[in-house]
Amino acid sequence: MTAGAAEARDGPVLRLDGITKRFGPLLANDGISLALARGEVVALLGENGAGKTTLMNVLFGHYTPDAGTVEVMGRALPHGHPRAAIAAGVGMVHQHFTLADNLTVLDNILIGTVPLLAPRLGRAAARARVEALSRDFGLAVHPDARVGALSVGERQRVEILKALYRDARILILDEPTAVLTPQESEALFATLRRMVADGLSVIFISHKLAEVMAIADRIVVLRQGRVAGEVAARDTDRARLAAMMVGAAVPEARVAPREAGAVLMALEDVTAPAEGGRTGLRGVSLELRAGRITGIAGVSGNGQATLAALVGGLARPAAGRLLLDGRAAGADWSPRAALAAGVARIPEDRHGAGAVGDFTLTENAVLEAYRDPPFSRRGWMDWRRARAFAAGLIADYDVRCPGPEAPMRLLSGGNMQKLILGRALAARPRVILANQPVRGLDVGAIAYVQSRLVAARDGGAAVLLISEDLDEVMGLSDVIHVISAGRLSPAFPRGTMTPAELGLWMAGHGFGEEDADAA
Amino acid sequence: MRLEPVADPGLVRRIGLPALALVLTALAGAGLAAIAGADPLATLGQIATGAAGSRFAILETLNRATPLIFTGLAVAVAFRARLWNIGAEAQLYAGALVTVLIGTGLAGGWALALPKPALLALMALAAVAAGALVLLGPVILKTRAGVDEVVTTLLLNFVVLLFISLLLEGPLKDPAGMGWPKSPPLDRAARLPRIVEGLRLHWGFGLALIAAVAVWVIQTRTTLGFEMRAVGRNAAAARFAGMPVNRVLVRTALLSGGLAALAGFSEVAGLKGNLTLDLSPGYGYTGIIVAMLALLHPLGVVVAAVFVAGVFVGADAMSRSAGVPTYIADLLLATALLFMVLALQLTRFRVVRG
Repeated sequence: MTAGAAEARDGPVLRLDGITKRFGPLLANDGISLALARGEVVALLGENGAGKTTLMNVLFGHYTPDAGTVEVMGRALPHGHPRAAIAAGVGMVHQHFTLADNLTVLDNILIGTVPLLAPRLGRAAARARVEALSRDFGLAVHPDARVGALSVGERQRVEILKALYRDARILILDEPTAVLTPQESEALFATLRRMVADGLSVIFISHKLAEVMAIADRIVVLRQGRVAGEVAARDTDRARLAAMMVGAAVPEARVAPREAGAVLMALEDVTAPAEGGRTGLRGVSLELRAGRITGIAGVSGNGQATLAALVGGLARPAAGRLLLDGRAAGADWSPRAALAAGVARIPEDRHGAGAVGDFTLTENAVLEAYRDPPFSRRGWMDWRRARAFAAGLIADYDVRCPGPEAPMRLLSGGNMQKLILGRALAARPRVILANQPVRGLDVGAIAYVQSRLVAARDGGAAVLLISEDLDEVMGLSDVIHVISAGRLSPAFPRGTMTPAELGLWMAGHGFGEEDADAA
Repeated sequence: MRLEPVADPGLVRRIGLPALALVLTALAGAGLAAIAGADPLATLGQIATGAAGSRFAILETLNRATPLIFTGLAVAVAFRARLWNIGAEAQLYAGALVTVLIGTGLAGGWALALPKPALLALMALAAVAAGALVLLGPVILKTRAGVDEVVTTLLLNFVVLLFISLLLEGPLKDPAGMGWPKSPPLDRAARLPRIVEGLRLHWGFGLALIAAVAVWVIQTRTTLGFEMRAVGRNAAAARFAGMPVNRVLVRTALLSGGLAALAGFSEVAGLKGNLTLDLSPGYGYTGIIVAMLALLHPLGVVVAAVFVAGVFVGADAMSRSAGVPTYIADLLLATALLFMVLALQLTRFRVVRG
């Protein structure tokens, strides 16, 4: 323990005071103050775009704040120097890992700590230390494994080990559970508890209420760049936190029972090969009816991507038929054909497939409809109409942005998704493919996106909701199918199955019997 | 040291930094001249006067800029869609070859009987078709079989140049050429007229300006331009949104190849009057520099091409009087490119110590 830390035993180990950071017209942080005590877990809670990540980047020296100070162990940190932050004992685990895939775990941990011209001595000592840290904090990972071969959860452990190896006393975790399975999250929490017991302090950035309640001692809620509230975890509950985050009570997406209409799209015994890392489909039959949300539950990687590609026009059945209004889609089934048939798509990967980051919001708003009037006539774009359309979407869907001419990449995930949602729904689609529509979004955006999908269903659209979140599927769907290893379960109407029963299907149980019956 | 994005670069950044890049280029040039044993300031002055110091110099610079505008546009259009066309040189020679075939009557005397505007239009269009065809092969290999177009377009440069060489030593050889490998001269009717009678600037320059505006309009105002930019920025999103990505790439290739071929047409019909193996001192490759300096902006290509041409012309003039090798032009351009790329990067990012 350093003298500085001992000295700061009574005071906070970390103090942020009046941090202000502006990006052009956007005030990302507005006079935020925050203190962290020794052995404490503080959760930083807030919607997308509330300023959480900006604040942590200021703390870690990635951004220079326009105003405010950062003190670690009572000593001010110079702005804009990550190395000073590291030296002061601040460690950061980013949402997107910063590891070299082709190196081993040990090499990744040692990177940057070994002088350029040092002989390969001290490796044994370093390895012993990594192994000790890994044992002490329950961060099981083999030092000689190649990082490229590790699971996401294991990579995160390497990131934490990296910070601990550099003597971090304050660990910042940016959305650490976004990429983890529930089991991995539980293991991470156990590690964090051991760390605080050992006197470390943790800042835990998240927008998931349940896990914040589970791990944090104190919760600081950010809203639109300011501190909206600060509470001890034991003195609050999820509803109150959610209200603090969005500034009002969270509107639950209500799904009133509704009579389903005609079959708008159907898959008949469709088989599709595994392509590009996707699991294929085996004899899948599915009916999408007007005014109904059809939910697809399942563990990721069981054929959801192929199903979405088929419905969205990016793939064609190898066997079986894809029916639109009872007529089979032909060999020209494509994204364009899907759009023409009134199929709106909300892609799983909004950065990769849903939007062009370097394009403006206007350009992204017409990415699908640019070929049609009023956005173009005889090959000539009408940007005035496009801009008006984008401005309308921004207003109608509450997209927070500097304006229609701002580049899309400046938007937070939630605002990007709102624009994509607006673009999809503006075409008044008959069928809506919503693939992981709320993944990575904050509660406010989740409620918003879900209520819009329900409204579209009430308006008579057939919605196909693919989600790995069982609560979401069960809460929104009129009928549920479970997908497992490329096979689709029968349709279960709302309320006929418990989560445990669906869980058995997700694990592949019901299908085995069917196969046995067939054989 | 690291970079932090600047959200809204002000006017000082956007104008001052590129200007600073030019100043630094000049300083580097002065240093080079000093190494060559000449008076640095005088050398720079001679380059400047050589490039723009007289009506003759300016016209010479604009003449030299003409093929660079075409090849610069060809590269800018292709690169914008992430189609790496390194073969503007081959497309230029393909355009020049077709121009000569029609303009000398080798492809049939009937063409020469056409009215002059029709004949010139025919030559230009045929050149465009030839250049487009040269790039069509690589782009089809790319879209169908995933063959890297950098390799195919680059190697095609040598194939086409050797093919031209073969023709110039054989069927295309000028019988009155004293044994030199050059084609017969164009018919008088097939020569591009000068913009102003008596001044050495031909209509190829006017055509280049029109092409630049046309490309700019295509990119910003048409659905095809929107598709080209979307494919270049995020092909996956473009495909997801229903854009025919491969078709867009093929159309981009046709436009790009055609533009590069116009450089060949304009050089033969406007300036040289015949086809030789030194028709282009690497205009196809210099077009890449021009396009990069212009940040792939079609109107910027005109400015960049005039600047690059000015450096070449100025260095030629300077070397005649000051005795500094003309290679200084290549060095100056390389330095200008490096400083400019750096300056443009620094308009968008600021350096933070730490």
